[in-house]
Amino acid sequence: MAENNFLKVPTMAEMVAEGKHPEVLFWVGCAGSYDDRYKRVITAFVKILNEVDVNFAVLGPEESCTGDPARRAGNEFLFQMQAMQNIEVLNAYEIKKIVTACPHCFNTIKNEYPALGGEYEVMHHSQFLQSLINEGRLTLEGGELYKGKKITFHDSCYLGRSNNVYEAPRSVIQALDADLVEMKRCKTNGLCCGAGGSQMFKEPEEGNKDINIERTEEALETDAKVVAVGCPFCMTMISDGIKNKEKEKDVKVLDLAEMVAEAKGL
Amino acid sequence: MIQIVQQLLFVAAIGYTGFLVSKRAKFIYRNINLGKGIEEQEDKGKRFGNMMRLAFGQQKMFDRPIVGLLHFAVYAGFLLINIEVLEIVLDGVTGQHRLFSNIIPQGVYYFLASFFEVMALLVTVSCLIFLVRRNALRIPRFHMKEMEGWPYRDANYILYAEVILMSMLLSMNASDAALQSLGSDHYPQVGAFIVSQFLVPLFSNFSETTLIGIERTAWWVHILGIFAFAVYVTYSKHLHIFLAFPNTFFARLTPKGKMDNMESVTNEVKIMLGMPVENVEGSESDEMPTFGAKDVQDLSWRNIMNAYSCTECGRCTSQCPANITGKKLSPRKVMMDVRDRADEVGKNIDANNGTFQDDGKLLYGDFISKEELMACTSCNACAEACPINIDPLNIILEMRRYVAMEESGTPQEWNMVFQNIENNQAPWAFAASDRFNWGEELRQVEKTEKQKQDA
Repeated sequence: MAENNFLKVPTMAEMVAEGKHPEVLFWVGCAGSYDDRYKRVITAFVKILNEVDVNFAVLGPEESCTGDPARRAGNEFLFQMQAMQNIEVLNAYEIKKIVTACPHCFNTIKNEYPALGGEYEVMHHSQFLQSLINEGRLTLEGGELYKGKKITFHDSCYLGRSNNVYEAPRSVIQALDADLVEMKRCKTNGLCCGAGGSQMFKEPEEGNKDINIERTEEALETDAKVVAVGCPFCMTMISDGIKNKEKEKDVKVLDLAEMVAEAKGL
Repeated sequence: MIQIVQQLLFVAAIGYTGFLVSKRAKFIYRNINLGKGIEEQEDKGKRFGNMMRLAFGQQKMFDRPIVGLLHFAVYAGFLLINIEVLEIVLDGVTGQHRLFSNIIPQGVYYFLASFFEVMALLVTVSCLIFLVRRNALRIPRFHMKEMEGWPYRDANYILYAEVILMSMLLSMNASDAALQSLGSDHYPQVGAFIVSQFLVPLFSNFSETTLIGIERTAWWVHILGIFAFAVYVTYSKHLHIFLAFPNTFFARLTPKGKMDNMESVTNEVKIMLGMPVENVEGSESDEMPTFGAKDVQDLSWRNIMNAYSCTECGRCTSQCPANITGKKLSPRKVMMDVRDRADEVGKNIDANNGTFQDDGKLLYGDFISKEELMACTSCNACAEACPINIDPLNIILEMRRYVAMEESGTPQEWNMVFQNIENNQAPWAFAASDRFNWGEELRQVEKTEKQKQDA
């Protein structure tokens, strides 16, 4: 069958039409859908899901912004409009479990949708990858690509401090046999990339430095060859910082899923 | 006769201190209750645990171990020396001297008194180190703009006061020991204690009368100093010694990233979306709800309690990415502003027979500017850094709600984001119909050779 040779990205609508139900819904988010750089992260994650035969689906055209940027900017009306419409779609499809590659979507759906009638088990893709590794569904043995390579992990605020997820992304890096080095400020003390709270979408207030530059300098101090991230906004901010320091040839900014996919030769 | 006068003066001093402290306590309690109610108060066991861990055990203070240890010494000294203060108070009221030495065995009394002296010495040394740290080492977070003037002096006054109180305690015991060796009447033979024994030689050349004068002066300065300090604390950032306990008890237990749902908005949104509305109570009232916080009355009482609990240590500000990079925002200033405004509103209410008269000022604008609010990345570094779980971010986000929903004062770039989300279901100006293009493209990508074989 020819279709077996292509990557599967089933939508919920298609699944339901075939009378099937997915194990997990992959919530892509706006950055994953539109941002060219983050599309590559989403692609990597879809490849992994295909590789280990996870029965997943996406909402596709039925997905829309969770409302996080509106809520953090103070617009509760718009947030709740978005949230209620999303919850209506998710509940209509009887979604129980969601995985997302965006800590902001993760935080909003996990912590804030329950108050509006949306109760789901929500995982960040680092936690999902960790569970695939722990269950033995995803094996990374024999991967030489990252072996002994210095990698530092930048904690996203909405994954770390906001939700106390610090170990899952690190365990994925360790599974790659890489040499995980920590920045001066890490985990609970991790410094923000500068994009949270809707700062992503506006110019910063007057100051003497941009936050992403401050953070990039810390990352460069570790001498890591890769700055690993788990958030589309951090990806943009740190990549911009690396470009600003003219280090893009020496230091890569990669998402965990990209590293795993690459190590697996996907 | 002199004895009776002393006793009467002492009782009067206690009474007056009690009066002043309770008046201030009522004022602060009322000001905290200017805030709105909070719903989430369940899980008392966990709350009690947090209080014991963070306030009683000071767990987060030990993130910086040396300072944590010094701070713990001052705190433990404060708690334990209170037992000795109890004896002093009873002595003062009854006109006796070292009352407890008649009740408990001499060895135990000697041990306890010596233990308190060791604590007093530790407190003195710690406070001296703190003074050096604050004034000579010039740690940046102690010298920011919001610390100029009163906050800076306040911090030093507290440290001076503790050094004076502790040295009075030691002088009192040393002159007491000197009087014992002279066999003075009123001074029972309890011995020279472990620390003050080294000070006794300083006092040995004085006559009995002079020594009694010194001992009495040290005794009075010490105890009146404690009373004065009790009153001072209620006007000072030092209030954290009491409020850290309720503050950690009532701190939120939900994940830091969670923002609370605004029920007042939920019903309106449901009506707009044509969804059934369940809880209509409240929506019947004529009064339009206001959204977000423009003044302290719009905040929760927890926010205001946070503000009165803050001891201006500045750990929040030193971790704030906006502040680190030179922006105007300082989470500590946000807390100080809320407290100062709550004080101002409270005084206004007292001056106007119990009702607030508009003073033409607001927390938003007059204390906290839009520029400060807009600089926040909501990263929770401030809330994480606070040793007693104060949450400045919650206040910032409540005030942003006011800016966005009541004032329509958000930056133009954010207004574009709102428009894009409304029209395209994404914060960027991409067509909603293109949302799944990435997936359609991927469906054209062939699987790897290995996957093909598996299939």
